[in-house]
Amino acid sequence: MVDILKPEEMFKSIDYTIPEDRWEDVPPDLSEGNFCYPTKKKNLEYLGLPAKDEWSPADEDWKLPDNWEEIIHEGFKERLEKYRSLKVFMDICVRCGACADKCHFFIGGGDPKNMPVLRAELLRSVYRKDFTTAGKILGSIAGARKITPLVIKEWFSYFYQCSECRRCSIYCPYGIDTAEITMMGRELLSLLGLNINWILEPVANCFRTGNHLGIQPHAFKDMIDFFCDDIEEITGVKINPSFNRKGAEILFITPSGDYFADPGTYTMMGYLMLFEHIGLDYTLSTYASEGGNFGLFTSSDVMKRLNGKMYAEAKRLGVKWILGGECGHMWRVINQYMDTMNGPADFLEVPVSPLTGTRFENAASTKMVHIAEFTSDLIKHNKLKLDPSRNDKFKVTFHDSCNPARGMGLLDEPRYVIKNVCNHFYDMPVNTIREQTFCCGSGAGLNTEEIMDLRMRGGLPRANAVRHVHDRYGVNMLACICAIDRAALPPLMDYWVPDVGVTGIHELVANALVMDGEIERTTDLRFEPLNEEEEQTDE
Amino acid sequence: MNVNYLYSLLAVIVLGLIAYVGAGVAGFQGLFGIFIPYLAVVIFIAGFINRIMDWAKSPVPFRIPSTCGQQKSLDWIKQNKIDNPSSTFGVIVRMVFEIVLFRSLFRNSRAEIVGERIAYKWVVWLWLFAILFHYSFFAVVIRHLRLFLEPVPVFIKIFEQADGILQVGLPGLFLSGVTLLAAAFFLLLRRILIPKINYISLAADYFPLLLIIGIALTGIMMRYFTKVDVVKIKELTMGLATFHAGIPEGGISGLFYVHLFFVSVLVIYIPFSKLMHMGGVFLSPTRNLANNNRMKRHINPWNPDVKFHTYEEYEDDFREKMIEAGLPVEKE
Repeated sequence: MVDILKPEEMFKSIDYTIPEDRWEDVPPDLSEGNFCYPTKKKNLEYLGLPAKDEWSPADEDWKLPDNWEEIIHEGFKERLEKYRSLKVFMDICVRCGACADKCHFFIGGGDPKNMPVLRAELLRSVYRKDFTTAGKILGSIAGARKITPLVIKEWFSYFYQCSECRRCSIYCPYGIDTAEITMMGRELLSLLGLNINWILEPVANCFRTGNHLGIQPHAFKDMIDFFCDDIEEITGVKINPSFNRKGAEILFITPSGDYFADPGTYTMMGYLMLFEHIGLDYTLSTYASEGGNFGLFTSSDVMKRLNGKMYAEAKRLGVKWILGGECGHMWRVINQYMDTMNGPADFLEVPVSPLTGTRFENAASTKMVHIAEFTSDLIKHNKLKLDPSRNDKFKVTFHDSCNPARGMGLLDEPRYVIKNVCNHFYDMPVNTIREQTFCCGSGAGLNTEEIMDLRMRGGLPRANAVRHVHDRYGVNMLACICAIDRAALPPLMDYWVPDVGVTGIHELVANALVMDGEIERTTDLRFEPLNEEEEQTDE
Repeated sequence: MNVNYLYSLLAVIVLGLIAYVGAGVAGFQGLFGIFIPYLAVVIFIAGFINRIMDWAKSPVPFRIPSTCGQQKSLDWIKQNKIDNPSSTFGVIVRMVFEIVLFRSLFRNSRAEIVGERIAYKWVVWLWLFAILFHYSFFAVVIRHLRLFLEPVPVFIKIFEQADGILQVGLPGLFLSGVTLLAAAFFLLLRRILIPKINYISLAADYFPLLLIIGIALTGIMMRYFTKVDVVKIKELTMGLATFHAGIPEGGISGLFYVHLFFVSVLVIYIPFSKLMHMGGVFLSPTRNLANNNRMKRHINPWNPDVKFHTYEEYEDDFREKMIEAGLPVEKE
C-alpha cells in the first residue's frame, strides 16, 4: 500500500485549476497507488469470462488481444442495441456542466475527468467516431476520436474512479445517469479481460460459496453461533437461529460483510436479537448467504448469475417471502433488477408481517422487503419494547447510502427507526443527505486498499458533512444501512473526523430493545459500557 | 484555452456570407428563399422521426428511475409522488416538471472550498438563463407564426401585445427578442469564461448558440434598424405555407436571406446534434419510469439465459462439511 498524505495536506492539495492541455491530450495517471489491482486469471476462468494473463495497469504495453478494436466496436454496438439508456445518453448531453461539481471524486480531487460530463465524454468521443456521421466526417471538430490503447487505459482509470452513486444524475436536466455510462464502460473493458480483483474475486467467491468473502457453510454457521454466544453474554438470552430450514415462513438474506467484520457484525447481532424477540419464523441460508451483488459492478449477466440464488433458495426452502438486510447496492439490484432478471417469483406470496399483519404492497411482485421497512412497521405498531436511553451516549447522524436513496427512495424508514431507538439524532445539511447524499467514496467495488488516496478524497464530501454536525452538535456516531459503508466509513472517519464511529441501524435497535427474559444490560453490543459515566468510573 | 468556439464562429460567419452574397448579391433568391427552407423542413421532419425511431428501437431492459424523494412504502410514510413516482400519473407530473420547469436544473448548487470546509451554495443562474433562453425562443417562434397564417389568429395578437408590454420605441420592442439574445450571450460567455465549462465545450456546443445569436441579431436588425419590408416577407412566407411559393417582385433585402438561411441551417442541424435533447428528454429512462419495480414486474425483452451455480452443485461441493456442521442436506 502506498502512503497517503496527511488529512490537512490532502485538503490543501485539492486543486480545481483546469489543465492547459485539452483533456484528450492528458494521459491517465496509472502509477502505483492510482489504480485498482487487476484480477487474477483464475477468477475470470472460473466464471468463464474473457481471461487475460497476469498484467499490471502500470505496464506500458497492456498486451490487448489482437482484435481488440473489433471487440470494443462490436461490444459497443451490441450495447447500443440493447440499452436505450446508453443510446440516448450518448446523444443528448448538451454539456451544460450542471453535473461538474456534483461528483465526490471531483470535489475531493479536482481531476476534470472526474466531472461526470467528461467521464461520459470518454465513451461519447469514441461513439461519435464509430457510430455517427458527423464524427466520421469532421473528426475532432465534432468531438470524435479514434480509440487507441491509451483510450483503453483512460477508460480503465476513470471507470474505476466512479462509484456509480448516481448523484450527478439527479442534477442532470435529462437524467443522464453516469452509473449507466460506467457500467457500460466496465462491461466493454471486461470484454478485453480487464477487470479489477476487488470486484472479480468476490464475484468468483460468491458464485461458488454463496457469498463474496468465500465463507463456506460450516464457517458461516460458526460465525453466527459465535454471535449468539456474545448475545447471550450481553443479554442473558440464548438464541438458536436456523440454517437452510425448509418450511420457514421467511428467508433472511443480508450482505456477508454483516457477519464478517466489525462493525457490521454488531448489526448482524442486532437482526438476530430482533428476530428472536418477535419470534419470527425465519431461516438463514448458507447457499444464498450474500445480499450484495458485485455482479452489478461487472456486467448485467454476472449480476443475474449471482442474484439467481435468492429466488432459487427461497423456492427450494419453500418460504413465503424474503426479508433483506441493510445493504446499499444490494437494494438497487433487488429494487430495480431482480424481478426483471430472475422473476417472476410466483412461488412466493405477497409479504405480510406476521406480527402486525401489514401487507407490503410495495413488494407485491418482488416479494422482498427491506428490513428498515419491516422494523419501522413493527415500531409503528408498538410491537417492540424499546429503551432508547441505552443509546444515550451516542449522538447520531444518518448517512443515506447512494443506492437506497437514489435507486429506491428509502429515506424516512431508517430515520423513523433511529429516532425511536435513540434520543439524540441530528441530520446532516440538506444538500448532503437524502437524494443529494454523498457516496462513502468506496462504492461500486472501489473499497480496496491500494487506492486509499482516491477513497479518502472521494469520501471527503461525506466526511465534511459529518464534521459539520460533529462540531455543531457533538455527533459521535454515523449510522448507515449499507455493508460497504460499514467497511468504508470507519477508515474515512478515522482519517477526516476521528471521533466519530460507524454503526448499522439494527445495532442501535438491538441496544435499545428490551428482550423478554433479559438480564440487566451493562454493556452495548460492542461490550462497551452503556453510558459514558460508567466508562469514567471504570477508569 | 479551448478555442473550439472559433471554429463555430467562423462557420456561422461563412454561412451568413454565403446567404448574403448568394441571395443578396448574386440573386439566387429562389434558392435561399424557397428551395433551402423547404429542404430544411423535409430534413428536419425526416431526421427527427428517424432519430426518435432509432432510440425507440433499443429496448429499456431495466426500470432504472433516479429516485429523488421518499418511495411509496408503508401507508403512514409520506411518499414524494412527484420526485419518486409510483404511478403513471406521477411520472407524467414528474416529466412535466422536468420539461416545462427544468426541475433538475433548479436543484443546481456550487461546491466551493471555504477555509477548511467544503460548502455548497444553491445557484440559480444556469436554471434562470436556461429558462429565459428556451421560453424566449418559444415566444419568438410563436410570434413568427403570424407570417404563416392569414388572418393572424387572435391568440398570436394577444401574445404579441404581452410580449410588447413595455411599449418602448417604434416599432414596439418585443421582450422575447431581447431576452433571447441576452440569454444566448450569457450561455455563450459562460462557456468561454468559466474554465470548467470551457474545458468540456465542443465546437458543437458553440455552434448552435452562435447560430441562434445570429438569428436573433439579424431579426432585431431587420425589425428595429434596417426596417425591412414586412409585407413582402409575408408574401414570401405565405407562399411557402400555402405551397404557392414565389419570390415577391422587387426582392427582399440580403439581410432577410441571411436570417432565413440561419434558421434553415438550424432546423437542418437539429436532428443530427445535441439539440435533439428536446426529443431525448422524453425517452430518458431515469426520468420517464415509475419506481414501482417491486410492485410490478418489468420485462427485459433480451433477458439472457445464464449459468447459475445451483444448490445441487453447491451441496456437492460442501456436503461433508455441511453434514459435519449439522446443516441439513438434500442428499446424505
